[in-house]
Formats: sequence, C-alpha cells, structure tokens
Amino acid sequence: MTSSEPHSVVLAAENVSIYYGDTAAVRDVSFDVLKHEVLAIIGPSGCGKSTMLRSFNRMNDFISDCHVDGSITFLGDDINDSNLDPVSLRQRIGMVFQRPNPFAKSIRANITWAPKMAGFTGDYEELVERTLNEAALWDEVKDKLDKSALSLSGGQQQRLCIARSLAMSPEVILMDEPCSALDPIATGRIEDLMDALKENYTVAVVTHNLQQAGRIADRTAFMYQGELIEVGATSSLFTQPKHQKTEDYITGRFG
Amino acid sequence: MKRSELFPDMLEKRHKRDRLFYSLTVGALWIGVVALFVLIAGVLWEGLPWLDWNFLQEFPSRKPEKAGFKAAFWGSIWVIALTTMFTVPIGVAGAIYLEEYSANNRFHKVIELLIANLAGVPSIIYGMLGLIVFVRMFQETTDPHTFFGIQVPFGRSVLAGALTLSLLVLPVLTITSREALRAVPDSLRQAAFGLGATRWQCTRYHVLPAAAPGIMTGVVLAISRALGETAPLIMMGALTYVAFTPSSVYDSFTVMPIQIFNWASRPQTDFHNVAAAGIIVLLAVLLSMNALVVVLRNRAEKRRL
Repeated sequence: MTSSEPHSVVLAAENVSIYYGDTAAVRDVSFDVLKHEVLAIIGPSGCGKSTMLRSFNRMNDFISDCHVDGSITFLGDDINDSNLDPVSLRQRIGMVFQRPNPFAKSIRANITWAPKMAGFTGDYEELVERTLNEAALWDEVKDKLDKSALSLSGGQQQRLCIARSLAMSPEVILMDEPCSALDPIATGRIEDLMDALKENYTVAVVTHNLQQAGRIADRTAFMYQGELIEVGATSSLFTQPKHQKTEDYITGRFG
Repeated sequence: MKRSELFPDMLEKRHKRDRLFYSLTVGALWIGVVALFVLIAGVLWEGLPWLDWNFLQEFPSRKPEKAGFKAAFWGSIWVIALTTMFTVPIGVAGAIYLEEYSANNRFHKVIELLIANLAGVPSIIYGMLGLIVFVRMFQETTDPHTFFGIQVPFGRSVLAGALTLSLLVLPVLTITSREALRAVPDSLRQAAFGLGATRWQCTRYHVLPAAAPGIMTGVVLAISRALGETAPLIMMGALTYVAFTPSSVYDSFTVMPIQIFNWASRPQTDFHNVAAAGIIVLLAVLLSMNALVVVLRNRAEKRRL
C-alpha cells in the first residue's frame, strides 16, 4: 500500500473452500479486499484464483455442482446468506471477463441495458458519456454510439465491458484476466485504466501475468494448488517473499 | 534410423483413400438430389395438366375432372395455424425451462429422456391418444355441451386434429429449441448476470434473440412434419369427404395428405393425376411456409447487429 492510513475492508474471505463436486478447487483461503485498492490474485493455471474471484459475486451459482464453504462478507454482510439477493449483489459488485463479451447491440445499448433492467431513473445520455469517459473510450466512440459494439477492436470491446459494468455504479469491480486476450498496447491501456479506477472503485484482478501484478496492484495474493500462500503489499511480496513457493514462482522456477 | 524408414512412402495410397471418400460423399449427395428431382418431375408431369384455378375452388367430386382441393387446402391451413399457435409457445417455453432454469438433477434427466422418447413414438399412437383424449374425452361426456364456453367433447373437429398434431410435434420442437439455446455462448449469459440481470432478463433480451434463428429452424421442421402427417388424423377420424371449408374450430375437416391418399387409392387413373395435382399444391404450401420462416430468420439475424 502506498498510503499508511488504514483502509476499510470491502470484501473479506474467511476460511473459504470451494468444491466442484468432491474436488476442492480452493482450500481454506482467507484474505481481505480493501477499499480503493487494486488487489491482484496471481498463481499458475488451475490454482483456483478465478474460482475464488467468481465467489465474490456468486457467479459460481451457475455451476451446478459447485459449493462454497466458509464465509465471504461484503461490507460486513454474508454474501451467501439465503436472505441476500445475488442479483442485487451483482449490481454492486461488477465483473469483467477474460474475453471481451459485449452484447450484439449498439455501443450505447451495451451501457444502458443493465441500468434499464434495474429501473435506472437518471439521465441515460449523461450515463453513457460518463462511463465511457471513465473507461477511457469516449473519444474513440463518441461519433458512433449507435454502431454495433462488435465493430470495435478487442481492446476497445474490453474497455466497453468495463464501462458497461461502471454504469451500474458498483462498489467493487472484479476482473478475471481482463487482458489475456489482448495485445500489449491494449493491455497497457487497461492497466492505466485500473489505476485510475481505484480512485472511485475497488478493484480485484486475477492475472497470470506477474509483471502486470507488479505494475498495477497495491497488494498481491499468491495462490498455489488451491491454497493462499501469501498476501501482502505488492512491493514486499515481489522483493521479499516470505515463502519459498512464492519466491520460486516469481523468479520463474515453475508456473 | 533414416527419415524414409520411419515414414514409408504411403502418400499415393493416402491420396487414393482421400479421393475414394470424396467420391462416396458426392455420390451420396447425388442419390438424394436425383431421387428428389425424379419425384418432383414425375409429380409435375402427371399433375400439372390437372392443376388449374378450379382445382382450388372446387370441393371433392366423384368425377375426376370436377374434383377439387378446396376443403383439404383450407382444412390444412386451419389445422397448421392452430398447431403452430399451440406448439410454439409451449415448446419454446419448455426448452427455456430445461436449458436456462432447471437444475441438472435427476428430475431433469428423466424429463430429458421422456422427451427424447416421445419424439420417437410412431405417429399413429398419437392418433389413438387424440381419439381418446380430444375426440371422445374418455367418453365421460357423450352429449355435446358447453363447458366454460368450450364445446366438449371436441369430436372430429379441427381443434381435436390440431391438438393431436401439437402433441406429435411438441417433442421435436422442444428438442430443436433446446439445441438452439444451448448453442448460445455462456459468455453472453455471464455478461448479463455479471451486471445484475435476472434470469428472465438475460433470457428475454440476450439468449432468446441469439437463439431465434435456430428456434425458427425447429419451427419449420415441426410445421412441415405436421403438414405432412396423415396417419394420426385418419386415426382420430378426419373425414375424407368434406364439401365445405371449416368456419370454426369445432367444424369437421380433412387435410391435404388425406385427400391425396383418398384419390390415389381409387382405381380410376384420372384420379391418380388429380392426386398428383394435390401433391403439387401440398409441396407449394410446404415450400412457401419454409420460405417465409427463412425470411423471418434472416431478418432476426440481421437485427442482431
């Protein structure tokens, strides 16, 4: 963390284990996501980092044999409580996926669809301009808002997906390897964007790109074979890892 | 070892096999095309001279030159219109439940198995079912009377015929609609759910439009099947001599395939030509319905930018 003042906890995972059928994909993981930080979750393929991320907005609900043990709280409320509506949770915790997945609609409709579904009462024009600006896409698309979102390049599509999630005014944005399908230039723009977003939002990002975690994350969590090995300020995790496995991974001895 | 020992020279043999399989596939294709062409040419040859405007204006007659297709043509139109009205909403809704809502449990698997089996049940069985359930209503009500504004039993009516055919094509439509829904990439659903959409909003605005072209293909298959079915309607007692067009769903009726069957089974050769003329009309209706759905499908595809 760059500042010394204590950040409040937004998301807290405590002793979380996640199973697909009988196989544990995540085992006894505990860590917090703090307000206005970028937290990166790194680790080799199949270490459970994406599964962990998806449990924060209950996207694992859609995998039929998946179940979550332990407690995950969002601003103090248990998100797996039966009284909590996952639809309302996902309005407050946005998500950006590995591959850009804009709707086959106009750029404008991509932004306005979810607010419309939720009964947004504000000004749609203003919403479109503000979110596209926040996603650093406005200048590129302002003259073709009614063109198909599918006519954009991959990097632009991904920024549109980020803008789309911002339109719901979420408190947290989860990103699941948002740059893995993009070229280096598009990746750089998304990374700049994440840095800018943390001013108003909280960002948790899964990446298998170590350099990326080093560039963007205030704190980094390293997962290996379903377990959390260590979590801490990115600079110290990269320069003075506490565990042998972390050191092996960041020095490129495996993974 | 040298490379030539590791890979003995089989190139000529491999190419030969390739060519052989190519010819087999092309041959198989041509068998189908030629058979269809011969069939159509034969029917046109026999039927075209008998096909004129009067043919569609006249009711059946004992004299071949006066025999017309009007009752059967309109009977088919009524039955198909009703069948489509019944099956499309139910079949698509059932498919949406199975693909989008249902948990993947034992109940789901049993339903799946039942639908697959229903799609394979011989159509004559559906005819018996229609006879007992819709035409006679288990003989619970022998005197025709009105029940909540509906005339029961349905008797040998357009309504009973359409309901019977609906049962027949529902499994087919449900299965093809499910395939279409399953082909919609999950990333689209995730995008919608990730934004806090409900299941219905996701289905209504994203999954259904993406699946619409595939569902329409299923509708074409279902309608074509219903239009050509004869056995279940004969079983439930669609008449072969009808000298009027239906004016309500409770009227008795006949359909094109039954009328064609009736003409073709008569001894006079002139009636065989009349039957051929009927086949031409049936094919024309079938093809124009398919064409209509293809146009609708292309429009649905274009609307999705």
